[in-house]
Amino acid sequence: MSAPGATAKLLDRCAASPARRRRDRLARGSVLAATLLALVPLVLIVYYLLKKGLGAWSGDFFTTDPTGNTFFKNSDIGGVKSAILGTIEMVALASAIAVPVGVGVAVWLVEYGRNGAFANTVRFFIDVLTGVPSIVFGLFVYITLIVGTGTSYAGWKGSIALSLLMLPVVTRSAEVILTLVPGELRESALALGAPRWRVVGRIVLPTALPGMVTGILLAVARAAGETAPLLFTAAYTHETTTNLGSFMNSLPVQIYTDVTSPTPRIVERAWGAALALVTLILLLNLIARLVSRRSRLA
Amino acid sequence: MEAATLTSGDRGVLARSPWARVPDRALRWGLTILAALILALIVFFFVQLFGEARPAFEKQGVLGFVFDNDWNPSAGHYGALPLVVGTLITSALALLIGVPVAVAAALYASELSPRRLRGALTILVELLAAVPSVVYGLWGIFYLAPNLKPAEQWFANTFSFIPFVGGGTVTIPNAFIAGLVLAIMILPIVSAISREVMSTVPPDHKEAALALGATRWEMIRMAILPYCRSGIVGGAMLGLGRAIGETIAVTILIGGSTQMVEHLFGQSNSLAAVIANEFGEAQGVHRSALFACGLVLFILTLLVNGIARGFVLRAGRRSAGPPRAEEHQRGAAANALLADTAAGA
Repeated sequence: MSAPGATAKLLDRCAASPARRRRDRLARGSVLAATLLALVPLVLIVYYLLKKGLGAWSGDFFTTDPTGNTFFKNSDIGGVKSAILGTIEMVALASAIAVPVGVGVAVWLVEYGRNGAFANTVRFFIDVLTGVPSIVFGLFVYITLIVGTGTSYAGWKGSIALSLLMLPVVTRSAEVILTLVPGELRESALALGAPRWRVVGRIVLPTALPGMVTGILLAVARAAGETAPLLFTAAYTHETTTNLGSFMNSLPVQIYTDVTSPTPRIVERAWGAALALVTLILLLNLIARLVSRRSRLA
Repeated sequence: MEAATLTSGDRGVLARSPWARVPDRALRWGLTILAALILALIVFFFVQLFGEARPAFEKQGVLGFVFDNDWNPSAGHYGALPLVVGTLITSALALLIGVPVAVAAALYASELSPRRLRGALTILVELLAAVPSVVYGLWGIFYLAPNLKPAEQWFANTFSFIPFVGGGTVTIPNAFIAGLVLAIMILPIVSAISREVMSTVPPDHKEAALALGATRWEMIRMAILPYCRSGIVGGAMLGLGRAIGETIAVTILIGGSTQMVEHLFGQSNSLAAVIANEFGEAQGVHRSALFACGLVLFILTLLVNGIARGFVLRAGRRSAGPPRAEEHQRGAAANALLADTAAGA
């Protein structure tokens, strides 16, 4: 008869004292408050982007180039056509460079270099690249391709700067996915007599593909939003061009140029361009998430 | 007889002809050369950058360049101390504000939140990483700075007795706003790495703490935080690396004054911002001095990131424990670093 009472008494003595429970509630409350605080900027940014950006998306916002007529109050300032096309062209070229090189290096690291001293050196240097500020990439390309060759700014030089930025992201994410490809798959193919290059091309890469696409898309999204590496490589221009050898406009540089303008209508265009840019990047992120959900690895 | 069935000519039936091995070798050596080229490229860049920066170092001396408090291109003086100090103050501010919030968000998402909210919370915090730097600048200068100005002025007046913080007049682009926006920008990466490290805490540790009667908070304080300390420090350092190198948002928000920053709510400048601001019209030694700023920035971020990666890798290594396979250890560390690249937009 006395047992339940004793247990209850024992449990009561074990339970946290009111002071400890108060502290627990207080600490958990602060953690929750800080978490909500972390979400405040996101809400504010999205709200203002939509509020100001949608207002700028008038009829010919996407179909006209910026004009540079900013002096007169009622002059036509134009839209962001050249900026959007420039961003797409430069990021496409940058991806065409960074993706094969990045995936190639990742394949080498996983299939050939493994954990050798040389492979670890390469890994270290790629991690170094991850941390290099984006403006320093702009300086690198400026020194080698503009000072070094004695020529002027060009879209393809902007692409090179962006590809340097994408390279470590592509390589490291592809490497993580490639290490997840089961060794049994490779061994079975090799045991059946397939040469190494066919094992890589027909077994390892296809298995890893969906996972790698995620990393690649995140790298593309990152490159699309970068301003600093483009300032001194592709520079700023009004006209739409498909010539990667000439000056080239881009959304981030267009926004940066417009932010510093004293004319409110130009600033409005910056909001519109910012909304377009963020939409583009979020779309890439969304696709990346959907693809990664389909991957059987990771 | 049996040997004859297994050989044809001078090689075994199962061995490949020399020609069939060509693509194999080509792939192997092609990829090796590619990897070596990346090393060569980085070294080449470094040498080139140093070469371009040399005139400025020759004029000022290396120490003179970094520690002279006089950046005056029109007079030919290039002492980068105001820029270095501006960089360090805004980055320190970013850590001070950003890291506690980021760690709290990670703790909530991994330990306290209802299971259903977990994924959504993670995605929302990581969305902050998808916003480009220039958009942070735009939002900061046209929304955040004007709306916070009264609060900043009140703060500066009320705490005017604190040196550096109080007393001055609040300007519209200022060092505090730059630091605050940097804090928002480093939130996702610090949070992602903290969360990744927290997920490596063995459930036994948590359950043991709870079984001994610890409250949830005591469990966090005794079992989770000590275990994750080096990982969180590493994440914070990676955030610091980001904050130091961040260019465009800071360029828009910091004001671009090349004088030594007088107080927290006044204009300042940073190493990255001065390059973006002045590079277009710089010539000769001035341009070389900007390259030197880039070099200092490069080395600074290199050091910070190197230390950070050391911390994160150590956290990943320890989490595996002795009996588990080495593969798993590498997996945990690699995941933490992948979280970094994923959040690195």
